[in-house]
Amino acid sequence: MAFMGDMMNPAPFWQNGPAPGAFYNFPGNSSGFGPTTHPVQEFKAHSATPITTTTTVIGVKFDKGCVVAADTLGSYGTLARFRDCPRITKVNDLILLGNGGDYADYQYLKDIIEQKIIDEQCIGDGLLLKPRSMHCWLTRVLYNKRSKMDPLWSNYVVAGMQDGEPFLGAVDKLGTAYEDAAIATGLGAYMATPLIREALSVGTLDEEGAKALVRKCMEVLFYRDARAFQRYQLGVVTAAGVRIEDLAELKHDWSLAHMIHMK
Amino acid sequence: MASILVPEVPAPGFSFENCQRNAFLAQKGFPAPKATKTGTTIVGIIYADGVILGADTRATENTVVSDKNCQKIHYLAGNMYCCGAGTAADTEMTTQTVASQLELQRLHTGRTVPVETAATLLKRMLFRYQGYIGAALVLGGVDRTGPHIYCIYPHGSVDKLPYATMGSGSLAAMAVFESGWKPNMSEEEGKKLVRDAIAAGIFNDLGSGSNVDLCVIRNTGPAQYLRTYEEANVKGKKQGSYRYALGTTAVLKQRVIPLEVTSVNISSPQPMEVEPTHSRR
Amino acid sequence: MLSVNGNFPEYAVPGAKQVRFEPYADNGGSIVAIAGDDYAVIGADTRLSTGFSIYTREQKKLFKLSEKTVLGATGCWCDTLTLTRLLSARMQMYEHEHNKSMSTPAVAQMLSTMLYYKRFFPYYVSNVLAGLDADGKGCVYSYDPIGHCERSNYRAGGSAGAQLQPLLDNQIGLKNMQNVTEAPLPREKALALLKDVFISAAERDIYTGDCIYILIITASGIQEEKFELRKD
Repeated sequence: MAFMGDMMNPAPFWQNGPAPGAFYNFPGNSSGFGPTTHPVQEFKAHSATPITTTTTVIGVKFDKGCVVAADTLGSYGTLARFRDCPRITKVNDLILLGNGGDYADYQYLKDIIEQKIIDEQCIGDGLLLKPRSMHCWLTRVLYNKRSKMDPLWSNYVVAGMQDGEPFLGAVDKLGTAYEDAAIATGLGAYMATPLIREALSVGTLDEEGAKALVRKCMEVLFYRDARAFQRYQLGVVTAAGVRIEDLAELKHDWSLAHMIHMK
Repeated sequence: MASILVPEVPAPGFSFENCQRNAFLAQKGFPAPKATKTGTTIVGIIYADGVILGADTRATENTVVSDKNCQKIHYLAGNMYCCGAGTAADTEMTTQTVASQLELQRLHTGRTVPVETAATLLKRMLFRYQGYIGAALVLGGVDRTGPHIYCIYPHGSVDKLPYATMGSGSLAAMAVFESGWKPNMSEEEGKKLVRDAIAAGIFNDLGSGSNVDLCVIRNTGPAQYLRTYEEANVKGKKQGSYRYALGTTAVLKQRVIPLEVTSVNISSPQPMEVEPTHSRR
Repeated sequence: MLSVNGNFPEYAVPGAKQVRFEPYADNGGSIVAIAGDDYAVIGADTRLSTGFSIYTREQKKLFKLSEKTVLGATGCWCDTLTLTRLLSARMQMYEHEHNKSMSTPAVAQMLSTMLYYKRFFPYYVSNVLAGLDADGKGCVYSYDPIGHCERSNYRAGGSAGAQLQPLLDNQIGLKNMQNVTEAPLPREKALALLKDVFISAAERDIYTGDCIYILIITASGIQEEKFELRKD
């Protein structure tokens, strides 16, 4: 039984501890005091800041499924650098995945997920990965990375159909996971969730209503989020499967600008 | 030495005499106590015939609610009010100072003071203190040039907008405005929109809460302050009774001090003739 | 050497800041557990939040570990998820090995050990464990993040824990009162008190609100209950 350890040949009691006469190297303690068994080292140095980033991703549950939307801008710091960064993918016929945060980390994890799906198809048992499993798997990947102090700097929105019921969940870069009918990450957490929660409090939405709502949120975010863009991607998942629509363009109206005078 | 003959005239402005001591104490690990912040949602819009201001009523000290029904829409003059977010004392004192200056100005000129005057006074005061007066304000009012909404930041910068939001719930409220505001709204539409914006802050921002206050300032007629326009949250009903029987609290010590009663004759003085004071518009 | 940041902090300007990765988050939430002679009740609010925003209003923070044991956990939610998953795995392994489920005091000891195992990179979780012990008596165990464990009859934990505990001390512990007689707390009264205590917490703690999810543990099983709180 691997988990309980080998009873016959137990590991040394202080397996991960210091050698006799030496002090323990606590994480984050770089004072260099006292004898040490090995050179003082912190956690392995990683690139702990996001570089090319994307902003909000929105997920809304409606009566028969979920919609997920995100714009296509990749920002390089304050520079609007890449204009075609799609970040909504179909994982399989049950799962739609949206992402916001560091784009490189997303591409890395997306490749792993795609390989995971291919491996699964190769087994050929006809079983599909379900959204709740995907959601749980992501929490473990992200939590383990954060525990190594080497996070994947991104938020994920998992939408899908779980045994015929719509599923919508989010995971952040720490592995914090939750499910809700209204999810928005990044600046959208402050600006889009109030609008979505208000709309959902009136009653459940249908597909068209959810799409219109998401479009409204993307519009508000385009006006107010300096890292947002007018071109966005929208995906829908229902019992009929996953559908990612063609890039949509937001209409915007700046006639208001002529009404603003300092004098 | 202050006495009745030689009264000590306090120097105007703030006293900085404890700064050095406090910096020393902070260095020794004794930080200054935290001020009450109003993590807030405050908003203002221009509608067809005037402006509408709105505010929530929660004041917080860190994660604890310190006031469940505080007033964040402050009086400046009869034709203008000012919502305050940030450090509670700063918003209160800044608006009070400016309100008195505006009243003096009104008495001096005999005219309704323009809203721009208030905006200028506020921004000059805040800029002078370089953001150390933590007041983020939404100023709204009407004058002969029409309705105005100003957004004044703690460092002294100013925005003049048709709709403005401030405080920790400003993003939630702004989302409502961006999706719902249009020029020339009726009063009913305007009140509904401001209510919705404040409610978005109350329910989605943890720094904002409790009730919705509104203030409608019309181009014609006096301002209408709608304190507790809507009670957005009702306190839950307790099931148990938390009354204590008499004698539950221990009496540790008892001492009786007898009162010596002596009779004294008191004659009431005649009231002086007092001129009626100017009332606020 | 003189430096702006060191010697004249008032003049420091917010320049380029290095974003440092912070592995912990405070996701708030409060728990209250009360044990009686033949029952234990435990309740936690359902608000999951971060900073000044709410992630979700319907996050259950109570975990059924067995038919007689429930764990309430708040704090850093990603740690809570990990800890509770490990816990339920070990509960299952115990069951398979011993052909019975673990008793509440044993779970309590195991949780303490599991927390202390992470002494130098702790789970930032405030745990309150409630259940029935081997004699069928209600029991409550509370923990600090690194494994200190204490058995009691009532406990408040989480973001409003410090505000609620004195009220429980007074109402259940009958502290600081004269002429009161200790009497066993009936289940209905414990339940009412738990709800009232949360109403107060929702008034003053910004991280507590939305709804309480309550589990009532008796010899005949675990009952569920929900109670609405204010949403602001």
